[in-house]
Amino acid sequence: MQVIAQRPKSLTDLNFTYCPGCTHGISHRLIAEAVDELGMRNIMMGVAPVGCSVFAYKFFNFDMAEAAHGRAPAVATGMKRARPNMHVFTYQGDGDLAAIGTSEIIHAANRGEKISVFFVNNAIYGMTGGQMAPTTLPGMKTSTSPYGRDEKDIGYPITACELLNTLRAPYYIERVSLLSPQDILKAKKAVLKAMTYNKENRGFTFVEFVSTCPTNWGMTPLDAQKWAKENMYPFFPVKLFRDKGVEGGE
Amino acid sequence: MKTELICSGFGGQGALTIGKFLAKAGMQEGQNVSWLPSYGPEMRGGTANVSTVISDKPIASPLVTHPDILVALNQPSVDKFGPEIKPGGLMIANTDMCPHKLERDDIDVIYAPMSTIAKEIGSLMVLNMVAIGVVIGRTGLVKYETIEADLSTFLKKKNPDLLEGNLKAIKKGIEIGKNN
Amino acid sequence: MGEKVLMKGNEAVAEAAIRAGCRHYFAYPITPQSELIEYMSRMMPKAGGTFLQAESELAAVNMVYGAAGCGKRAMTSSSSPGISLKMEGISYMAGAELPAVVVNVQRGGPGLGDIQPSQGDYFQATKGGGHGDYKLIVLAPNSVQEFADMADLAFELADKYRNPVMILSDGLLGQMMEPVEFKPHKTEKEMEQLDKQHFDWCMHHNQDEPNHHHHEVNSLEIDPKVLEKHVIKLGEKYEKIKANEVRYEEYKVTDDCEYLIVAFGTAARIAKSAIDELNEEGVKIGLIRPITVWPYPYEAIAKALTPSVKKILVTELNLGQMIEDVKLAVEGKVPVEFLGKVGGILFTPQEIKDKIKGMQGETCK
Repeated sequence: MQVIAQRPKSLTDLNFTYCPGCTHGISHRLIAEAVDELGMRNIMMGVAPVGCSVFAYKFFNFDMAEAAHGRAPAVATGMKRARPNMHVFTYQGDGDLAAIGTSEIIHAANRGEKISVFFVNNAIYGMTGGQMAPTTLPGMKTSTSPYGRDEKDIGYPITACELLNTLRAPYYIERVSLLSPQDILKAKKAVLKAMTYNKENRGFTFVEFVSTCPTNWGMTPLDAQKWAKENMYPFFPVKLFRDKGVEGGE
Repeated sequence: MKTELICSGFGGQGALTIGKFLAKAGMQEGQNVSWLPSYGPEMRGGTANVSTVISDKPIASPLVTHPDILVALNQPSVDKFGPEIKPGGLMIANTDMCPHKLERDDIDVIYAPMSTIAKEIGSLMVLNMVAIGVVIGRTGLVKYETIEADLSTFLKKKNPDLLEGNLKAIKKGIEIGKNN
Repeated sequence: MGEKVLMKGNEAVAEAAIRAGCRHYFAYPITPQSELIEYMSRMMPKAGGTFLQAESELAAVNMVYGAAGCGKRAMTSSSSPGISLKMEGISYMAGAELPAVVVNVQRGGPGLGDIQPSQGDYFQATKGGGHGDYKLIVLAPNSVQEFADMADLAFELADKYRNPVMILSDGLLGQMMEPVEFKPHKTEKEMEQLDKQHFDWCMHHNQDEPNHHHHEVNSLEIDPKVLEKHVIKLGEKYEKIKANEVRYEEYKVTDDCEYLIVAFGTAARIAKSAIDELNEEGVKIGLIRPITVWPYPYEAIAKALTPSVKKILVTELNLGQMIEDVKLAVEGKVPVEFLGKVGGILFTPQEIKDKIKGMQGETCK
């Protein structure tokens, strides 16, 4: 019998605890596949955030740290400095990275820490039950913006890639999406690139996944994908912002 | 025997260094010593000062409130700490910066134009060395040779001219301490 | 031990930490501990270690979390307001059972307070500070030498118990210069040993199956039954620390003491001056100085309560914090009085003497 698909070795045997249609499972898998394909499983360490993916430390099959909310880039900095021959990534959601952890992500990027950051943006707080995120879209209703996000009151969504792209040190910044099989294949390439640069200790690499949250958006997974394409892309365009690994990529 | 000093002056006059050299020499002579500076905004004006204790017994409190010896490089130092000197204690004041004398007759006082003396030797930078000289000339708190050896170890190679000026300043101070 | 050098407490503890094998230091500047971070910035690179000035106290303590999670001797330092910010990370490290050292060079509070010496963080250090059921081992030095020696002790205890350790110092000890002798640097062999000691749980290089490991550095246990077990296990560890690691100094404590002073750190130093003078004047008085303020030397105080003891005086540079622990030890057997100074002001030995004289007068009535 020929095996054409199997669980990456970099994932443990545990079943994911994510909601039906959630994209966390996909992004976990993409990272795990990249680690396997690059032969990095024995030199890899990761940092899980606070948010829906808080249990990521159970799902990746190598050493993992669970960080306080927003502090993953600082924890990853300590890990990379402590074990420079190992390789480190953080996995963070939009509340973790773009609200409570803005200071840590900006400064880790600005130092050019030799880590990869995978940023899952679904425009909402999932774990705590659908509250407004720093990336929630104008007019979008959440449990703490019941009348819709009023940008005159609370401002516009924070765009993490654009923000980090103002810094000189980061090596690679790209926004991809997980909204269709084609998008996922493109996302895989971005993850592979970030991890390759990570393996070569080239510098700070950042990949944002435009994702969905069917449960808290109150939609079917398919509707959520459609809604995200129509509403999230205008604010969060899929784009390569920087790639110092190729000529003219800066 | 325990001697408590306060060395005080404007920031940059070297008051803290006076205490440091004396404490270090005391340590090298086998005494217990402590050096506790004032710190924070006061470092930049007013009276930058340091409590220095040299004692043959372990030093319990490093904080000097009533000194045996006050080295005052400016007027605010005389005004602030002069009244606190123990009866029978000693005040060494730099008359170039202290126009008003202290109204006390229960202490030993040496007034000397230490800034002028330092300039005559070559630089205001050696003002603190003149003051150290006056202290040891009057009290024998530590030996000249100890400080000379200490200064030599780090100045001889780096800047022999500076070493000479510093040693000259201390010797001049000792003279003042002995003869005034 | 080498030769004596004259050094500030802030610098001495930094040097001693490097000699103890600390190669990862993360911090943020704040008065009156800045000489510590400055010293580390100069000397840590020479020792082949990591010095990193973090963007905040929060980041610094979480960098320590990461480095300690990799099994390395890691340290951060700050002064009171910065320590408040570190409390999040300290709670997480306690939960994840990470060995790490935090130095607090205390200053006046609350809020920004001032930058002068204080002991206002006693409760924060010994009773929690961060959230949750946890304990820090808290060491309180009273001299530059002891401050330096505690760097080594702190790392030893942290590694032994897999628990964060705080050195609770203050602005006076940080800024003061005193003669200090250092222990020699760890040898290469000892450093190798240190590096390996936590391989059974820490994050480090991996291998293929069957030797592949999946270590989780984590303070989250979502299942109440699992968390219950975890916290009970922590509690058992704290009991072990209480049984084995209480440290204190008795100064001029005799069987016929009529008065006892209980004080720690800088306050204890000043009390010693007062006690020397009072002894000369014929007052029978001694000092108990807790060196570990957690675990606290309750038994030592209870034991010193001979029938001759009339009263106890607690002196602290705060409104009265450790006095609660002294009262627990004394159990109402004799009156416990208090002399405190706040705002970063130090008391003089004379003030302590006056207080004791006052207590004597009341006793005679």
